[in-house]
Amino acid sequence: MARTLLDKVWEAHTVRILPSGQTQLLIGLHLIHEVTTPQAFQMLKELKLKVRMPERTFGTLDHIIPTADQTRPYADPEAEEMAQHMYRNMKEFGLPLFDMASGKQGIVHVIGPELGLSQPGMTIACGDSHTSTHGAVGAIAFGIGTTQVRDVLATQCLAMAKPKLRQVRVEGALAKGVYAKDVILAIINQLGVKGGVGYAYEYAGPVIERMTMEERLTICNMSIEGGARCGYVNPDAATVEYLRGRPYAPKDTAFDRAAAWWKSVATEPDAKFDDVARLDGAAIEPVVTWGINPGMSVGVSQKIPAPESAPEPERPTYREALAHMGFQAGQPIKGAKIDVAFVGSCTNGRLSDLRAAAEVAKRGKVAKHVRALIVPGSQQVAKAAEAEGLDQIFQAAGFQWRKAGCSMCLGMNDDKLQGREMSASSSNRNFIGRQGSPTGRTLLMSPAMVVAAAITGAVTDVREILK
Amino acid sequence: MSAADFKRRQVSGRGIPVTGNDIDTDRIIPARFLKAVTFESMGEHAFEDAKKQNPEHPFNQKAYQGASVLVVGQNFGCGSSREHAPQALMRWGIRAIVGGSFGEIFFGNCVMLGIPCLRASQEDIEWLQKAVAKSPQQPMTVDVEKQEVRFGDRVIKATVPEGARNQLVGGTWDSTAVLLEAGAAIEATARKLPYVKGY
Ligand code: SF4
Repeated sequence: MARTLLDKVWEAHTVRILPSGQTQLLIGLHLIHEVTTPQAFQMLKELKLKVRMPERTFGTLDHIIPTADQTRPYADPEAEEMAQHMYRNMKEFGLPLFDMASGKQGIVHVIGPELGLSQPGMTIACGDSHTSTHGAVGAIAFGIGTTQVRDVLATQCLAMAKPKLRQVRVEGALAKGVYAKDVILAIINQLGVKGGVGYAYEYAGPVIERMTMEERLTICNMSIEGGARCGYVNPDAATVEYLRGRPYAPKDTAFDRAAAWWKSVATEPDAKFDDVARLDGAAIEPVVTWGINPGMSVGVSQKIPAPESAPEPERPTYREALAHMGFQAGQPIKGAKIDVAFVGSCTNGRLSDLRAAAEVAKRGKVAKHVRALIVPGSQQVAKAAEAEGLDQIFQAAGFQWRKAGCSMCLGMNDDKLQGREMSASSSNRNFIGRQGSPTGRTLLMSPAMVVAAAITGAVTDVREILK
Repeated sequence: MSAADFKRRQVSGRGIPVTGNDIDTDRIIPARFLKAVTFESMGEHAFEDAKKQNPEHPFNQKAYQGASVLVVGQNFGCGSSREHAPQALMRWGIRAIVGGSFGEIFFGNCVMLGIPCLRASQEDIEWLQKAVAKSPQQPMTVDVEKQEVRFGDRVIKATVPEGARNQLVGGTWDSTAVLLEAGAAIEATARKLPYVKGY
């Protein structure tokens, strides 16, 4: 029988079937960061256990670090304490840490693929829900909790039930000014924020196949916002070329043998899925969220829907969203005023995102009342962007050019919304309080759309600026 | 602890209803409280912002202090993988959750802590939330083994997927010990992988 990538990877990593019926799944790559690991290391110490496969474990600092002044000790004593724990634990257990001095530091989901650590056919785990990102290279990648981080550290395994598989096909072609972010927001809007519960998503179809690796990373990143346990794209020529020459990718003839294996794990043509969903790529326009979960979105030319248009059980959430956001049903999303613009995060903090943002930033200046931040996803992204002069373009247009980190995606450092500020953000979550202010408001959109909003001071169709 | 202490056949206690769908883990515990190297303080911050914004929030109400069964709507615990969320609920006193559906990582994290999350129909959830609000002092029983919730004379069907159910009922949710039992089979599996043995 024709098999899927999920079947093949799952089988290759199965250690045994547990008495509970779950699979004991070997984890090929374990990525860790400072926020979800100190408790896991503590548990490991209490159990008097070592890290089972230290050579398959890599760490970085991203969530709490400041993106302006990074001199140690950090101004925030809690952030400093967490960083110290990370340094101490990594040293004690003999694990590599990509810190600022390494030149390789960055958001864990940006650096994994960038360094060639994340490879096709692997199982990958990290104590962070957006681990689904790494599926873009053709891996099965799970976000896990801290106690599971302990399990992976101690045993290199997870107890997991194999998810069902839904193929999400994006047919046709995208229009100009429509980006990967718009595609994934459209997918979540169509399938719902809990539509993926119990499923892994295989993204396929001509639009996905034509995408660059960085675009695929954006798509897979938000699988979790659609409720899916993980998401992936089958490895192909684009995957192989992306990985060629990366520091942790195999070299020379080993690379060719690796490439052959990578392609062999792709889903076979006649494989069956538990479900198939289809979207017409040509029908997607730039998407903006108007509510308090990533499924509450509209095309930029559309109006904010009325609660009555939603199925009965969802109406209270719609009403809560309108109240929180200060929007009226029937109001166009275009023209909604913003106070803050944020380009960054593991969804849209890579070089191609900054290029797309700079393309728009060239055409104007940040509106007077708007505070605007560009936060590269990694030190390497920052370096590459600076080599191209993107930092100059941004600064000339009135954006702050920051150092790499999670920043205003979750507001664990100083980069926070204040009060009821409205933010145009290239990140992945518009939950109440997500960007650091309990009453702050978030509109999710593509990096190009964020810059368009920064320039005009309100939600704008970026296609009008790019014309 | 002996194996028997880990068994979660059933949980009995008073209920606390938190209505609404899509309550994400950022709402259960806002990110600013994650800046801690232990989970100890998490209980104090469960639903912190929601509590401040809404004096009527169930976690503010005297009547529900000491409750141990949380009754929630659809897609509870979606979003961030932060185990701080179930840790906060557990340290507040929650021992079991009954809801319409759950975010998957949150569900898994709860199992790892021995907190059963059971799914019931929308209709039953609404009834249960109202019933608990009416009689907050009345205990209910969450029966993981039989997959039902008993409140007064009513019995509600409430399910847990088989794998998690076996772990909870059998007391094997503390997975490190279980996973370690595989012994050398772990390395043997790794050695067969092209990317481990070398291409
Ligand atoms: S950028 Fe945002 S979503 Fe991504 S890892 Fe950091 S906090 Fe999480």
